[in-house]
Amino acid sequence: MTSLTSLTIATARTGLKKKDFSALELTDAYLAAMEKARLLNAYIVETPEKAREMAKASDARLAKGEGGPLEGIPLGIKDLFATRGVHTQAASHVLDSFKPTYESTVTSNLWRDGAVMLGKLNMDEFAMGSSNETSYYGNVINPWKRRKSNAALVPGGSSGGSATAVAAQLCAAATATDTGGSIRQPAAFTGTVGIKPTYGRCSRWGIVAFASSLDQAGPIGRDVRDAAIMLKSMASVDSKDTTSVDLPVPDYESAIGRSIKGLRVGIPKEYRVDPMPVEIDALWSQGAAWLKEQGAEVVDISLPHTKYALPAYYIVAPAEASSNLARYDGVRYGLRISGDDIVSMYENSRAAGFGPEVQRRIMIGTYVLSAGYYDAYYVRAQKVRTLIKRDFDEAWSKVDVVLTPATPSAAFAPGEITDPIQMYLNDIFTVTVNMAGLPGIAVPAGISSDGLPLALQLIGKPFDEEMLFQTAAALERAAGKYEAPQWW
Amino acid sequence: MSVDQATVRRVARLARIKVKDEDLPRLAGELNSILHWIEQLNEVDISGVEPLTSVVNMKMKTRKDEVIDGHYPADVVKNAPAQEDAFFMVPKVVE
Repeated sequence: MTSLTSLTIATARTGLKKKDFSALELTDAYLAAMEKARLLNAYIVETPEKAREMAKASDARLAKGEGGPLEGIPLGIKDLFATRGVHTQAASHVLDSFKPTYESTVTSNLWRDGAVMLGKLNMDEFAMGSSNETSYYGNVINPWKRRKSNAALVPGGSSGGSATAVAAQLCAAATATDTGGSIRQPAAFTGTVGIKPTYGRCSRWGIVAFASSLDQAGPIGRDVRDAAIMLKSMASVDSKDTTSVDLPVPDYESAIGRSIKGLRVGIPKEYRVDPMPVEIDALWSQGAAWLKEQGAEVVDISLPHTKYALPAYYIVAPAEASSNLARYDGVRYGLRISGDDIVSMYENSRAAGFGPEVQRRIMIGTYVLSAGYYDAYYVRAQKVRTLIKRDFDEAWSKVDVVLTPATPSAAFAPGEITDPIQMYLNDIFTVTVNMAGLPGIAVPAGISSDGLPLALQLIGKPFDEEMLFQTAAALERAAGKYEAPQWW
Repeated sequence: MSVDQATVRRVARLARIKVKDEDLPRLAGELNSILHWIEQLNEVDISGVEPLTSVVNMKMKTRKDEVIDGHYPADVVKNAPAQEDAFFMVPKVVE
């Protein structure tokens, strides 16, 4: 990998300030890397002209001694974010040729801070998936491979393109979204850092909606510091999003390096699933030991309703999705397949436009919301959700942060998991966090016996992302950083 | 709770997704296994529990009821498959 693309955001911004290289040189280095890595299929659309234009503008600002916190930093943007005039289709055929005439708040914030757009990143269709195998644009390939194996592996999902692009150094960092684990799980599978902030921290305006009470935007970066730098720019209070919470955005980066002496770290016993993979259990114990060595206090806690989070999620999320995806009907945008009448037009367009996983979830959602079933399913799931949140509320009186594994396994091969429920189980450790609206971060913490990255997850109190970065940095200090060897 | 092929057909109608006859058995099977897995939620004691409607404890924000945006119909219809004079064109809706 060329040396410029190996720089983190933190080191690149210093280099740009010192004029070691220009923003244009940095962008060109990434564009060249992207060209070489097309077989990974991380990008759906590359935007080289726009990127160079933005880089030149950054150079002009830097020459005057001006510039924002992300000035000249080249980023990849998940296809779920509306980017003015650029392909935005949530990796779905149903939004065929859609180019928004507006910009999402999160990406507006990034451009305001001087960042450069390299392109739109691949993902599971409508953010529904844990392996990036449901994209209309094909699978994404994980830069990591098993030791002595040439088999392609999945990067996780739904933000598979984002995770792969960061791990393969095809961007300095990427935007992603997380509804049930879609930032944290692919970060875990690719040895990168991914944070899902508290619900309401980042504006959802201009992000294609999947499940409105669960969706959150967040960054995937090469290390904890880069993730903190990204979140500072991405987050904002937005009047266009009524779920955006009125709290100022702290300087997350300054939390890194703070001592964790006296920090109470909760270990929830219900995350020890049955069967518990030996490697994952060992990594979890190792993480707790590392934090203890740095002065933290490890506390056993109980989150009794943990195991019900995943089935409850698979009622709530599809229900909300069935409502959010009703707008894709071929009328105002996207794919239109004609029919004898308006209803046939809807039915044909949606059948041809949505992939099988999306159709499955819309159907489940429609069913559980339909007359006669609403109380038995949706209302019950919402009540279980209250109990899941309450478990955490009670835990915060005993601990400051919760440590769990991020995923039940390392990355697997495409086609290996065909049973939908088996696929859903990938999110078993992450889904509780979305259901409770809490912030969660995945930090690479070890390598499996197969040579693949494994990660730990830290869960925090609402709007306590600083604590997450502080603790994640402590784990990172002990665990070190992980880089995928380049084979492409 | 079990869904039969007639129910799948009804749900597909509600969701406005055309399902081919030959796909009905597979879909019914998939939906059934998911719904069966979800059934474990019936184990939970939810007596006296309110449904969670908001993860954040906040009062919904409101704004003054005034027009602060708009007046760009060309942008609104820009991505439409069929449009005329800033109207979306569709097959006849009402007989």
